[in-house]
Amino acid sequence: MAKKRYSDKRRHLGQGAWTALTNAHFAGFVSGQIYTGPLKKACVPGLNCYSCPGALGACPIGALQAVIGSAEYKVSLYLMGFFVLVGTFLARFVCGWLCPFGLIQDLLHKIPFVKKIHTFPGDKWLRYLKYIILAVFVIILPLTLVNVIGSGNPYFCKLICPAGMIEGGWPLVALNPELRATLGHLFIWKNVVLALMVVASIILYRPFCKYLCPLGAIYGLFNKVSFYRYQLDDNRCISCGQCRKACGMAIDPVADINSPECIRCGRCKQVCPTEALSAGMKVGNGEKSNPDALA
Amino acid sequence: MKSRLNDWYTRFLLVALGMGLVLGGLMRNEAATVFTKASRICLECIGIG
Repeated sequence: MAKKRYSDKRRHLGQGAWTALTNAHFAGFVSGQIYTGPLKKACVPGLNCYSCPGALGACPIGALQAVIGSAEYKVSLYLMGFFVLVGTFLARFVCGWLCPFGLIQDLLHKIPFVKKIHTFPGDKWLRYLKYIILAVFVIILPLTLVNVIGSGNPYFCKLICPAGMIEGGWPLVALNPELRATLGHLFIWKNVVLALMVVASIILYRPFCKYLCPLGAIYGLFNKVSFYRYQLDDNRCISCGQCRKACGMAIDPVADINSPECIRCGRCKQVCPTEALSAGMKVGNGEKSNPDALA
Repeated sequence: MKSRLNDWYTRFLLVALGMGLVLGGLMRNEAATVFTKASRICLECIGIG
């Protein structure tokens, strides 16, 4: 049987179009000012810094920290509802198709390197780090480390998020002399994190999504129940392992077709020689031949 | 069949829960807090504040 190849071109076009659409305040890239219109009340599904000069919407992780870190609210119904709705319909399809920082990592991984790493010992356990980051930096610290008026900092954005640097920090600092005059240790630290992530993205596929992203951690919880899901036809699967080899996220689709780590990039579907894998919006449980496989 | 029904109910409940939470958040005016943060340059995000 002829070996089938995968192509990410269609997905990259989709990612690029979505990134352009949700960052269409192009004047901001000239003026160095961010969009301040009413669309900023709503969140975009992916990790898209609201301080990107082109951003039309709010970053959901930044928005969550802003609300629970404010003096008025300690729980955000608005953001919890947003995560439940996006998760129930799309889950980590967002990571694969609608996240600008995912696109950046995809493009970085195309840079040649002497030895690309597919997986390594401890990889599986390191994936849990994103849940710890979600709990500690996105929820606990903004809620508990507060100033005299009860406001907390967005610690994930402040200390970790490399998307904020590349999407917001660099263009704004380049275009605003007054911001350049205020740069300090934090700017250096965040650039170090970004540099590490850039190097890691060249060697590994999507390291930020695998190990650090709190948004991916949230959406991953919905992969098994979302309307958009993958199906495995057990009758067609010949266990050739092609899907596992093609998977950039280093998961085995046959073992867990709707794994929380799956970003729905579609490579496994493309390389399957028997077309045992398919995807789509499903009202039922999405399994053709094995109804209990998701239980 | 039972599994399919459970799956359908789970998603229906999640959509209803999500919509209820978003509406609750809008009624509490949380969107204004999001807007206030998102419509100003976030100094923490860009490595300054």
